[in-house]
Amino acid sequence: MASSIRVRAVENNGVTALKALVRHPMDSGFVKDSAGNVIPAHFIKVLTISHNGKNVFVANWGPAVSKDPFLECRFKGAKKGDELTISWIDNEGASDSTTATIA
Amino acid sequence: MLKAKVILVALGAALAVPQALAGATPEEDRKETVEYFKQMFPDVPFEEFVNGQYALNDDRRKQWESMQDFPPYEFAVAEGQEMFETPFANGKTYASCFENGGIGIRQNYPYFDTEKNEVITLELAINRCRESNGEEPLKWKKGAIASISAYMASTSQGKPINIKVPDDPDALAAYQDGKEFYYSRRGQLNFSCASCHVQNPGKWIRADFLSPTLGQPSNFPVHRSKWGELGTLHRRFAGCNNNVRADPLPAQSEEYRNLEYFLTYMSNGLPVVGPATRP
Amino acid sequence: MTDQRRRGFLKGMLGVGVAGFALGSGIVPLRVEAATAPDGSDWPEKAFKTPGVDETIAELYGMEANESDQITMDLPTIAQNGAVVPVSVETTLPNVTGIALLVAKNPNALAAYFDIPEGTLPFVSNRLKMAETTDVVAVVISDGKAYKATQNVKVTVGGCGG
Repeated sequence: MASSIRVRAVENNGVTALKALVRHPMDSGFVKDSAGNVIPAHFIKVLTISHNGKNVFVANWGPAVSKDPFLECRFKGAKKGDELTISWIDNEGASDSTTATIA
Repeated sequence: MLKAKVILVALGAALAVPQALAGATPEEDRKETVEYFKQMFPDVPFEEFVNGQYALNDDRRKQWESMQDFPPYEFAVAEGQEMFETPFANGKTYASCFENGGIGIRQNYPYFDTEKNEVITLELAINRCRESNGEEPLKWKKGAIASISAYMASTSQGKPINIKVPDDPDALAAYQDGKEFYYSRRGQLNFSCASCHVQNPGKWIRADFLSPTLGQPSNFPVHRSKWGELGTLHRRFAGCNNNVRADPLPAQSEEYRNLEYFLTYMSNGLPVVGPATRP
Repeated sequence: MTDQRRRGFLKGMLGVGVAGFALGSGIVPLRVEAATAPDGSDWPEKAFKTPGVDETIAELYGMEANESDQITMDLPTIAQNGAVVPVSVETTLPNVTGIALLVAKNPNALAAYFDIPEGTLPFVSNRLKMAETTDVVAVVISDGKAYKATQNVKVTVGGCGG
């Protein structure tokens, strides 16, 4: 099974621009299925991006974040070839993690 | 053919807009269509027509470009590739059914099979490939078939659409049938496909912004925000028919395949850009 | 003044990575945040379940936010689909430790908030759901104070289904 996380990170002039897309339904808890039953809220709560053992970005998400959430952020202090770790956990306790190399 | 012309002329007369396609050959129809849209949107470069409403509205375009940063269909394309490369129970793969192993061939679909006397769409070919290898066919409109089709389109990006109508009365009849469908009014709203996408692209219909005919098939399968997933061209056809309160036809019915044949022929020369995102 | 609210504020302050911020009578302890996989225990449940912009900001950060023209928001005038509205925020305010995105008319206003550690630029982009035409509010924590900017986005229900 492929990772739920896709990442692109590019360093330019000392600033790393990171874009990530996570596969997740992000069900809001306000939508009904075709049978009329409410689909329970199911969403990523926290996503972290870390570099050299330090968090460079922490996203706290609620159910109003779109399905298959997208995130873009920028940080200093990393260089091409460095490894980043991206991890998330959802409200049902499911989680995933991946690493990406800065280009 | 005469019948189609009569209908088209009647439509044109009623609406007093030069939307009727009365070309004697498919190529004349196509040239007329291209010319028509060039006059309607003189500032839009030909290749930009593949981007539909995003070529015509800046606010929409910005949202689309932001989606293109990391399009939501990327997961589906990766899954499509995996399925495409995974052997069937008999050990063969999809590649065995297609020219060039199925890579970079999207621009040639749909084509008219002069032996079977019918239009073969890419999705039809995918399912026939499965069946000829002893596998169950996939559902037509979304899910696995859309992912596989999206992967195959992604290997063909930039290749100009190259639909051929062979010199064959049945092929021509299929083309004419598709053209007639496109210009025939239907449903409680009494709209034809052309009412929106030939006569009124660039305009709002309530909260939706209409795209032109030209370039539409370049994008499929598309990921619609409304769907939250990929869907095939025939899923969209059914949606459009529903919108005008007409009964949709089954995906891959002869009518929809012929419609796809006509519609895609009109976009000859424009690049494959699918999969793509739409509202 | 709940623990929740206090924690939201503390969390916002901590990101500066500087010890010695006074908070009431207490002092935020010096703490080096080691990166571990998130466990979700810091997720501010109450702030995510609060309707209304001002109420949510108070719940999350324990203070009011002042308008600032140093916050730039980038979002569409008319959303092509309320399920996926791209929203970007950038600011020239100094020492930013947090950014929050609120959607005024959603059932609960808070859509997302971000910790901005030292060295990370005060910028974020993501995609949000909006139930109807609404103000979107970006809150930025700069030098321990809250600032906000507001922009309206029209959300219409399209007729072209399928």
